[in-house]
Amino acid sequence: MDLTVRVKRFNPEAEPRQPYWQDFPISIDENATVLDTLIHIREMVDGTLSLRCSCRSAICGSCAMRINGHAGLACKTKASDAMDKDGMIKVEPAGNMPVVKDLVVNLDLFWRKIVQVEPFLKPQGPEPEAEYVVPNEAMMHLSGVTACIMCGACVSDCTVLEVDPNFLGPAALAKAYRFTADPRDGDGEGVSRERLRKLSDYGGMWDCTRCGECVQACPKGVAPMDRIMALREQAIKAGFDNNNGARHTEAFTESVGHSGSLNELQLPVKTVGITNIPALLGFLPVGLRALTHGKLPPLVHKNIANVEFVRKLHHKLEEHQPEK
Amino acid sequence: MKYAFYPGCVSRGGCPELYPAAKLICQRLGIELEEMPAAACCGAGVMQEKNQLFGDTLNARTMAMAEKKGLGLMTICSTCQGVMAQANHRMKSDSAYLEKINSNLAEEGLHYSGGVQPKHLLWILIEDYGLDKLMPLVTKPLRGLRLAPFYGCYIVRPTEALGIEEHPERQTSLETLIAALGATVIDFEGKTRCCGFPILTINEKNSMAMVGKHTSEAKDLGADAMVTPCPLCHLNLDGYQPKAASQAHRPIGLPILHLPQIIGLAMGISPKELGLQRHIVNTKPLLVKLGAGG
Repeated sequence: MDLTVRVKRFNPEAEPRQPYWQDFPISIDENATVLDTLIHIREMVDGTLSLRCSCRSAICGSCAMRINGHAGLACKTKASDAMDKDGMIKVEPAGNMPVVKDLVVNLDLFWRKIVQVEPFLKPQGPEPEAEYVVPNEAMMHLSGVTACIMCGACVSDCTVLEVDPNFLGPAALAKAYRFTADPRDGDGEGVSRERLRKLSDYGGMWDCTRCGECVQACPKGVAPMDRIMALREQAIKAGFDNNNGARHTEAFTESVGHSGSLNELQLPVKTVGITNIPALLGFLPVGLRALTHGKLPPLVHKNIANVEFVRKLHHKLEEHQPEK
Repeated sequence: MKYAFYPGCVSRGGCPELYPAAKLICQRLGIELEEMPAAACCGAGVMQEKNQLFGDTLNARTMAMAEKKGLGLMTICSTCQGVMAQANHRMKSDSAYLEKINSNLAEEGLHYSGGVQPKHLLWILIEDYGLDKLMPLVTKPLRGLRLAPFYGCYIVRPTEALGIEEHPERQTSLETLIAALGATVIDFEGKTRCCGFPILTINEKNSMAMVGKHTSEAKDLGADAMVTPCPLCHLNLDGYQPKAASQAHRPIGLPILHLPQIIGLAMGISPKELGLQRHIVNTKPLLVKLGAGG
């Protein structure tokens, strides 16, 4: 089949020293992957094209890049699926990481964040007398996270990292969950208190916007965002709820559990804390603007019809939550 | 054509202009809406952080109510749409989970089969209503208006839960509708990114950086306004745009319109009836350009 691969190129050591797009019209087998097209270009058309790849089987995680604007593995994407109606595939380096050359990015920060979450078991409970027997279900659950091949696709498309490089990011947070959810990690009950405390800090689990980009980008079904949500649940249960993120989800649930709908006036107040005067004063300009434009939520919050059923459900399902 | 209507909390709370605008255009389009006064909040993904089962149970409850009426479910919020679709996806892929949820709904006399497909008004107009039926009602096409689409995360990801594979047209539905109403689509990178609203009270600086980035990008590409099917995006992109502009040290001034408002304008409904005077970013220059008056 005939197609055009439009590659975003960059060479810091040669003119124009700025990223630019270059089109490569090629002819290739129907079953070719996007990686095949790039290797074809490198070998047959332009030997200066730089890219990383190794296993070509979605195992090594080397060839993560943006294909048509979204991160994925070039070796796992069929060229015929990626082509638009004009036979064009747009390929650019992974996002949120500095470009070294063409499609090669610098993963230093990615690895530093993985190291930051201490990716190894840290048992703090009493030492077992013999080998530590882990329930099958726990390992089955963890296998979804250990499937991570550290390709960086999730980091590439993370909307928070785009505006704040200090955010731990989806890969490192999912890796952290791999240990907080491991019954061998943490105290005698398997609660990784120290990890959860650190991960509750600024730049940690509560900074995720739940945009879902990482779930979409991950080629191995790790669903980092879902792991971040599970971390939040673990942190609240472990008592690390003295922060805006935890207060936000608790106040939200409380409001819906009590009235059936969200009390939008109360939520921000409870999130920052009712004694946090500076933060409350910070809401004033926005509140005033909303008031003068007739946009302020109703001052008296109404219950939904049949609210007693929602209250019962809330009571019952919150009680099922293990104690802190 | 009739739907069980799930307006969500924000269309009657922080964006009180959305609910009446949606009802008004549905009335003009001949789409009958039956409200469910006992339906609870979808949880917006926030409640699900703490207790997914509670969130999913409330959404199953809402969908069971629509099912009992024998009606499809219409949403007007990307977040409601996505959260309900995700709950549905979990229940469909795990029958034991659905059964557990149903056991909790029994007391209220409700049972959910898992068969309801919540649908945003945006999808309904294209898939069920049909643009061919909408076009004759467009009496005041939005010619000359340059509109940038902004979807809201929950209506685009994860695609698995949203039926995107069966309905690939959903990925460009907003552009399709903008063009059908006679306006010019301003395509930009940020259209499917996050508006930053979920972390507004958690990391305001990052949230404002997101608002600033997307609205500036659209503005610099020549957009007269941005259109969103998500009132939560609207809260941040409109309500917090002045703050985002000051953080970004630049003027922005990009009106953010709700989806039903552009449909209403194209059908000749007055801007006032559509609540355009209630926006934080001034919509008057836009209306002058459109010749619709302030």
